Amino acid sequence: MLYEQELKTFVEGTTNFFEVAAQQPASIGSPYLMEGTPAVHEYTGVINISGKREGVVYFTAPKAMLTVLLMKMQENDFSHETMRDLVGEVANTISGNARRDFGRDFVISVPSVLTNEKPEVPQKPGQRSFIIPINWRSHSAKLVVSLT
Amino acid sequence: MNNGTSMNGNGKRSLKLMIVDDSNIMRRRIERSQQFEELQLVGTAGNGEEAVELFKRTDPDVVTMDITMPRMDGIECIGRLVALKPAVRILVISALADKATAVEAMERGANGFLNKPFTDRQLNEAIQELMR
Repeated sequence: MLYEQELKTFVEGTTNFFEVAAQQPASIGSPYLMEGTPAVHEYTGVINISGKREGVVYFTAPKAMLTVLLMKMQENDFSHETMRDLVGEVANTISGNARRDFGRDFVISVPSVLTNEKPEVPQKPGQRSFIIPINWRSHSAKLVVSLT
Repeated sequence: MNNGTSMNGNGKRSLKLMIVDDSNIMRRRIERSQQFEELQLVGTAGNGEEAVELFKRTDPDVVTMDITMPRMDGIECIGRLVALKPAVRILVISALADKATAVEAMERGANGFLNKPFTDRQLNEAIQELMR
């Protein structure tokens, strides 16, 4: 069971990054339930969660969106490593927000970064995975929250 | 501040700055965004171990410190740096937004805490506060 407040914490962690780091807010699309294998873009930042809840939360974004985001941050290095770095920072912000709001009931891992790979999403009874579209300028990324 | 400071070309006291963060983007961002001409960057480090080594070589007066890093995290690193130079001023810049982390960093000897993500203004206000 995923509570609305928990979902809100993960969403705000994501949108906060765009609003503060790029000085341009992101908007949220309608969440929907994930069916089948997880959808990913080129770069994905993953945090694993255990304790009161178990599962994964990940932010996955296309290279084009990350490139514009870097430009807005006055960055002029658009290398593969920098893209990985950026998606890791977004995941880091999501993780930090969750620690603040959930306290020690949730054990939240250090973010890991995947490139063109699907994160492993545990399939357990009662597990529901929500996909929340994150729209920014003309680009769209996804926040995936999969918790029991 | 300590006795190791010098004057820059404008007659202002010059302070040595070290930036510690495992993210290249964040290191460059902090370097680019800080607006204090008295701060002279002496080096950057990507983890706590590198930071301790760089610190011994360059003797910074001001340090920005990430918390979550490989090999040695920021909390342990703060303790090591303060043991080497009690007068060093350390600003923690971290995405870890919980109070417990901030308190732990302060107890180890940090002097300020800034949450990621941050605006240029927030960064400069935090550094200014640190240097008072």
